[in-house]
Amino acid sequence: MDRLASRFAVCKSQGRAALITFVTAGDPDVAATPAILDALVAGGADIIELGMPFTDPMADGPAIELANLRSLGSGTKTKHIFALAADFRARHPDTPLILMGYANPMLIRGGDWFADQCKAAGVDGVICVDAPPEEDAEIGPALRAAGVHLVRLATPTTDAARLPTVLNGASGFLYYVSVAGITGKQSAAQASIEIAVAKLKAATDLPIAVGFGVRGPEQAAAIGRIADGVVVGSAIVDIIGSHGDAAAPFVQTFVAALRDALHIRETAA
Amino acid sequence: MALIASFSSKRTPNSVPGKTETMTDIISLPNSLRSQPDANGHFGAFGGRYVAETLMPLILELEKVYKTAKADPAFDAEFAELMRSYVGRPNPLYYAGRLTEALRAKAQPGKGAKIYLKREELNHTGAHKINNCIGQALLARRMGKKKVIAETGAGQHGVATATVAALFGMECKIFMGAKDVERQKPNVFRMKLLGAEVIPVHSGSSTLKDSMNDALRYWVSNVHDTFYIIGTAAGPHPYPELVRDFQSIIGKETRAQIMEAEGRLPDMLIAPVGGGSNAIGLFHPFLDDLEVAMIGVEAAGEGLDGKHAASLAGGVSGILHGNRTYLLQDEDGQITEAHSISAGLDYPGIGPEHSWLHEIGRVQYMPIRDDEALTSFQTLSKLEGIIPALESAHAVAAAEQIAPTLDADKIIVINLSGRGDKDIFTVADALGVEM
Ligand SMILES: Cc1ncc(COP(=O)(O)O)c(C=O)c1O
Repeated sequence: MDRLASRFAVCKSQGRAALITFVTAGDPDVAATPAILDALVAGGADIIELGMPFTDPMADGPAIELANLRSLGSGTKTKHIFALAADFRARHPDTPLILMGYANPMLIRGGDWFADQCKAAGVDGVICVDAPPEEDAEIGPALRAAGVHLVRLATPTTDAARLPTVLNGASGFLYYVSVAGITGKQSAAQASIEIAVAKLKAATDLPIAVGFGVRGPEQAAAIGRIADGVVVGSAIVDIIGSHGDAAAPFVQTFVAALRDALHIRETAA
Repeated sequence: MALIASFSSKRTPNSVPGKTETMTDIISLPNSLRSQPDANGHFGAFGGRYVAETLMPLILELEKVYKTAKADPAFDAEFAELMRSYVGRPNPLYYAGRLTEALRAKAQPGKGAKIYLKREELNHTGAHKINNCIGQALLARRMGKKKVIAETGAGQHGVATATVAALFGMECKIFMGAKDVERQKPNVFRMKLLGAEVIPVHSGSSTLKDSMNDALRYWVSNVHDTFYIIGTAAGPHPYPELVRDFQSIIGKETRAQIMEAEGRLPDMLIAPVGGGSNAIGLFHPFLDDLEVAMIGVEAAGEGLDGKHAASLAGGVSGILHGNRTYLLQDEDGQITEAHSISAGLDYPGIGPEHSWLHEIGRVQYMPIRDDEALTSFQTLSKLEGIIPALESAHAVAAAEQIAPTLDADKIIVINLSGRGDKDIFTVADALGVEM
């Protein structure tokens, strides 16, 4: 079993959803990132999503957009991101690492180059926000050849007729974007998430992770009762935005609270 | 003529399989240069649909609706009627006699091509933008959407969108970079008068590309009831195709008008290229007429060594705003800021069909600097009594350089994409004139 599959299996055996946390690489700067990543792991994150900054993050709200600009403003380059990933892999051999970002920075040197870099750095999967299944040829074949998961997104607008297209070529897990919108403060109603997750589970054996608009422990716990993974991004990125270089301990405290909330699912249910 | 010869000696789309071409050339060449894009929205290696999954279903639906509309004579008839009675088409093809003579006076004997102007600046709202807005508003209505959004730089596309929203009784939001809101106050007020809400965009560099980002962000969050009227021949498929089709009325009219005036096709077409909608609208109906050379004029800003907006001359292929195309970017794929004195050309990308036409060599792209455009802005005003938009002034500048090198019996058509009233403050400022 690869790192992602084993982590989902471990969580399942513990009767809880996996905690997936997002931060932007190089936010506020490259030097501060390792401590923040370590804080995520120490706080209890199961899977790390590392954002590749882009000048034009069209699917992101203000919090993550600002993180992208802070990172690029402090001089983050693609080579730094792969170095951060490789160092993370050395420090945390068992924690899955996913790169998330936009097609242009990923593909500027070609899909094969990107896939090779991912593999060499120990990256387990990739989420490319603006490469839908229709453009799979740009990135999918290269990642598959390198043994790196291509994690696909399903959204409230992905209907039953389209879902097979999304699932075809998806691997690792399926990321359910719970709001038709951008990352940030807007949250979906629990009931609508439950209906959507049930439909996705009926269509695939891949683990289902739910993200976008998950802000705090209570919400994470509620979603954790029905999904295999819960993704928290903007809420963590906001903490980094407020505390900058000194964010690591605050991040760890917040992540620990999320993780605790997921743990008590059995007793709460 | 060097420019015409350079294409004919490259590939010819209608040539029979012959000894001079390799097998791959023959296979990769479409029968007609006018049959792009393919079913997935690709123009050669460019175009496509690079959007978030949330938008994919809507884009696929738009494609379906557009296909049906394209085949529906009633859709065509309504578009044609609005072009006639509301936009004021056909606008004239005008022989610019004084400009032609002035250039001949500086040329070698027997040189100095005849210059015609396609008068898009006479359209309602003063530019070609309205052609596309009417077409897209008709599509929005077919899809049952009562709200429209658009991005705008100088405000030309914003004004055109606000205008059609008023005409169709639709709710309208215009995303405009905060810097541009400051620079383009008259257009901001126009949009408000027309009933639109103008939303200043503070993200990124607060200019056109950022207003497009924010329009996309709003759209993702409101896909259920909102139609995005993209202002140029770019974005995810099917936008580049449908914007081109709506703007092709420019080229179709030009064809008929030049046949009537001269009894033959022109030797060269020249148009400014921001995202490329007015240019592709003029070029497309002529793409298979290989004797017609075409020049797309990119904004070279302060010069190609400095800040500029010439994506083909200074960029490489990449992915932004839903399509693969030439972009100004660094080695990591981060988009770099564009610069042009003309707000409508101030964009770090270009429509995908132009990237393809550039790569196959069918259209030549030529950079023109801010200072050259400023000079031609004044030249055309004084010689012809026509104040061109700064965008269009780039095309006039290119013609001023090329016409004297051509024989006097050659014919050039310039797309005068818009009028310059919106630019008088910018021009006064650049010339150091107090108004
Ligand atoms: C008058 C005029 N010409 C040209 C352009 C450039 O756009 P496009 O290349 O899509 O024609 C603009 C854009 O605002 C414009 O207002």
